[in-house]
Amino acid sequence: MICHDIVIIGGGPAGLAAAAAARKNGMEDILILERDRVLGGILNQCIHNGFGLHTFKEELTGPEYASRYIRLVKELGISCRTGSMVLSISRDKEVTVVSREKGLQVIRAKALILAMGCRERPRGALNIPGCRPAGIYTAGTAQRLMNIEGYRVGKEAVILGSGDIGLIMARRMVLEGAKVKAVAELMPYSGGLKRNIVQCLDDYGIPLKLGYTVVDIEGQDRVEGVTLAAVGPDRKPIAGTEEHYRCDTLLLSCGLIPENELSKGMGLPMNPVTSGPMVNDRLETGAAGVFACGNVLHVHDLVDYVSEEAALAGEHAARYVRNGGAESETSGHLPVILRAENGVRYTVPQSLDPGAMAEKVTVRFRVSDVYKGRSVCVYLDKTCISRQKRRVMTPGEMEQVTLTRERLLQAPGLKEITIRTEVEE
Amino acid sequence: MNYDVAVIGGGVIGCVVARELSRYCCRTVLLEKEEDVCSGTSKANSAIVHAGYDAETGSKKAAFNVKGNAMMEPLSRELDFAFRRTGSMVLCFSEAEMPALHALYERGRANGVPGLKLLSGEEARGLEPNLSDEVKETLYAPTGGIVCPFGMTIALAENACENGVEFALETKVEHIERAGDGYVLATNRGLYRAAYVVNAAGVYADVFHNMVSERRLHITPRRGEYCLFDKEAGGHIGMTVFQLPGAYGKGVLVTPTVHGNLLAGPTAADQENRDETATTAAGLNEVCQKAARSVKHLPFGQIITSFAGLRAHEERGDFILGEAEDAPGFFDAAGIESPGLSCAPAIGSYLAELVADRGNFKKKQDFKARRTGIVHAAALPVEERRALIARRPEYGAIVCRCEEVSEGEILDAIKRPLGARSLDGIKRRVRQGMGRCQGGFCTPGVMEILARETGIPMEELCKNRSGSRMIVS
Amino acid sequence: MNGEKELTCIGCPLGCLLTVNMTPEGIFVSGNTCPRGDVYARKEVTNPTRIVTSTVRVQGGVIARVSVKTESDIPKEKIFACMEEIRKTSVPAPVRIGDVIIRNCAGTGVRVVATKDVEESCDG
Repeated sequence: MICHDIVIIGGGPAGLAAAAAARKNGMEDILILERDRVLGGILNQCIHNGFGLHTFKEELTGPEYASRYIRLVKELGISCRTGSMVLSISRDKEVTVVSREKGLQVIRAKALILAMGCRERPRGALNIPGCRPAGIYTAGTAQRLMNIEGYRVGKEAVILGSGDIGLIMARRMVLEGAKVKAVAELMPYSGGLKRNIVQCLDDYGIPLKLGYTVVDIEGQDRVEGVTLAAVGPDRKPIAGTEEHYRCDTLLLSCGLIPENELSKGMGLPMNPVTSGPMVNDRLETGAAGVFACGNVLHVHDLVDYVSEEAALAGEHAARYVRNGGAESETSGHLPVILRAENGVRYTVPQSLDPGAMAEKVTVRFRVSDVYKGRSVCVYLDKTCISRQKRRVMTPGEMEQVTLTRERLLQAPGLKEITIRTEVEE
Repeated sequence: MNYDVAVIGGGVIGCVVARELSRYCCRTVLLEKEEDVCSGTSKANSAIVHAGYDAETGSKKAAFNVKGNAMMEPLSRELDFAFRRTGSMVLCFSEAEMPALHALYERGRANGVPGLKLLSGEEARGLEPNLSDEVKETLYAPTGGIVCPFGMTIALAENACENGVEFALETKVEHIERAGDGYVLATNRGLYRAAYVVNAAGVYADVFHNMVSERRLHITPRRGEYCLFDKEAGGHIGMTVFQLPGAYGKGVLVTPTVHGNLLAGPTAADQENRDETATTAAGLNEVCQKAARSVKHLPFGQIITSFAGLRAHEERGDFILGEAEDAPGFFDAAGIESPGLSCAPAIGSYLAELVADRGNFKKKQDFKARRTGIVHAAALPVEERRALIARRPEYGAIVCRCEEVSEGEILDAIKRPLGARSLDGIKRRVRQGMGRCQGGFCTPGVMEILARETGIPMEELCKNRSGSRMIVS
Repeated sequence: MNGEKELTCIGCPLGCLLTVNMTPEGIFVSGNTCPRGDVYARKEVTNPTRIVTSTVRVQGGVIARVSVKTESDIPKEKIFACMEEIRKTSVPAPVRIGDVIIRNCAGTGVRVVATKDVEESCDG
């Protein structure tokens, strides 16, 4: 059987950064398995700028950001196999992969890094009624057709969902000569970044209709129009608020779902809120030596944070292999559970080991609504140890707090860390 | 263009009749208005093989159902399509409904349905643990089953094609007239002359019938909406569960599918329009609410798509099968609503024999009864899959991730007889895009393959019929 | 042009809420967390600019399009003229990141450069 020290599933931004970090931490024998024909993942079709300010201190486009990591991975001599689809992974880290060139193979890994990314929520999952003509695309599919293959998907579009890909595609279609009649968003706030509303919608006079959804799609062959309606606080359409738009295209940008079929197949414990595997402070999942990072773990807002998180996964995977893949390092401390509460939807990681953890651990999370002037509070059991006021927090943006080992070790018998928002008096 | 037989309609009935006719020495053409077979009622239904207790004893529906059910398994092996005998149950939720359930049991026995049993609520939940706690009694039919309606229809069509039936796709019959001993069918692609016509036009069957007969038919398209669940929910129940039938059909059922999904539906709403298959918020809501009555803990968050289909309801309530009284040589297969799919094998032989008798067609010596389906590499044993990829590397290139469909299968779908010319055609043959991402990842790749293999420019590729272009620029 | 204007900074994903005060004494910016916000706000109220990204046809490449961007921001009102020129352009493979695709796009004096490598196709 073919064996490698570290096998990384996915050659997008997460997989690439994890590989580079593992190499820098002494691993020689790394293999990246990528299902697409090229490395770089979804960044290849994200031709807009705005990537890398955090990582490279300059503003790059998606392909440029990807190419820096691809180049790095190549310079580091890391093996990559593209066009290679992983079909299943066993609990003892045997990866079944299929490709045109090598057929069906089983590869055994000492450590695994899951970096499969995410997919878009399709129309069916949104239960949008109406006809089923051509011209209904998820924003990412349309983006691929336009930016990679160079085809215009339509002339007049309505976009449902104000996720970043939807906003970016609104501008992209306008630049390519199409008309974007409206962007409808079910929630009372946008799911995308504020800057994208300014430079993708406001710049081109595209109306953003908050609290609206699609209630009907017309067209037997190709989309001929859609009907939008306002929704009430229950998110259900309000009769009498219908507005009809003629269009030939409906793009959907209604959320991303981590692609965890492989993780579920392995029986990894999953977090129902993130739809990603549960991980500890080393980003290690419920199976020893199996790590997860990037959008497969939880959907990120910025690729820069994906890279940062993935580097951590790469580093810990390397350490795991170096330690002989024996029992994961523990300090004898019982694992401390992280709880999300009162407006904090989830945390990543979901547990940590204060004895064995790094000096600092970044806890990432998202909030459940738009909050102005609330504080993010950290409690060690019942004791509040930090309270940071944020001007504004929105569900579309990831938040983070940093926990230090030093502080956690000062709390004897610590069982639970709670991250919650609190209204300032 | 002169033929012995013209079959109107490429649904399961048209295709099964064509296939059964291809056993005989006769020149047969099948006229289908869409770009592919299986584009109407046959593509959007419950995918159920009924046991046969529903229809009134003595009706055509009853007789053909029991017969068709028994024929389904050998046919599925002969033509290599997916069929599974899972059994089925009709649920009864109250003492008050019990007499109706018992009447159904008696009717089933009278119809000759084998193995029927009345089970208590507990016994039924022993078989199906997710059955609602409200279920008091059920009628269990071991011969109930599930089938892939696309797989079945396409298999029949391919086999007919291989045995010499011509398929005229995108050929819409506009007018029919008697001429001499036969009929002239005017289509958008010219005139077709045939001595005999088989009218299997689904929701349009009354239109064609009424062109040649004074004995009017009246078909009402009855729309049914469905919700399809992710394969993760596929194991939620193991067999089809019905509620007691009402005036508008068999009510909302919940069933596993042969591909491992879970399906709930249909609603029933009569309409005039013969093409309108839009879903509605009210309809989808109704499906969910009624399905939840039969089965508990249904994971509604795992619905991956919803769709609607039309049933051809003829006002007499039974199938219209056979030669029209005042139109010699014109054979109807009209009003084929549920249990039409289950009856199809029996209807096919019945009608083909009628036509062959009238035309004095002799049986062919070289009829090829067997057809091999598209190989789904992922379903092969590991060593066979390895060997296949070694021989044909395109079977190692996964295009559709969710359903694990390789380029090899997509090429096969395009290149075999009656190959796919549209994205839906590929989807119905190999399930590309039918999984949880609903084509989000693979659509551009499949478009590229379809354009490359057929020579159709990307800008002209269609989802299904012409006009349903994927790219509008 | 006196008055107060609220802007969302597009300098980075933070999206700071900026307040710009335009007075005879000058322009005053508040709400920014970094100097980029100040620069952006001043430009936005005087001469708003944007970076334009798109794709250009590639002849003989392994893929049909190469992604491109304006090397720096261009005046907002030039965006469509710039797109028009980008649409008309095509380049032969291979293309390297940073290759100049258009020297002076729509008279802005700004270059359009490739943001992706595209290799030559083997089968011509």
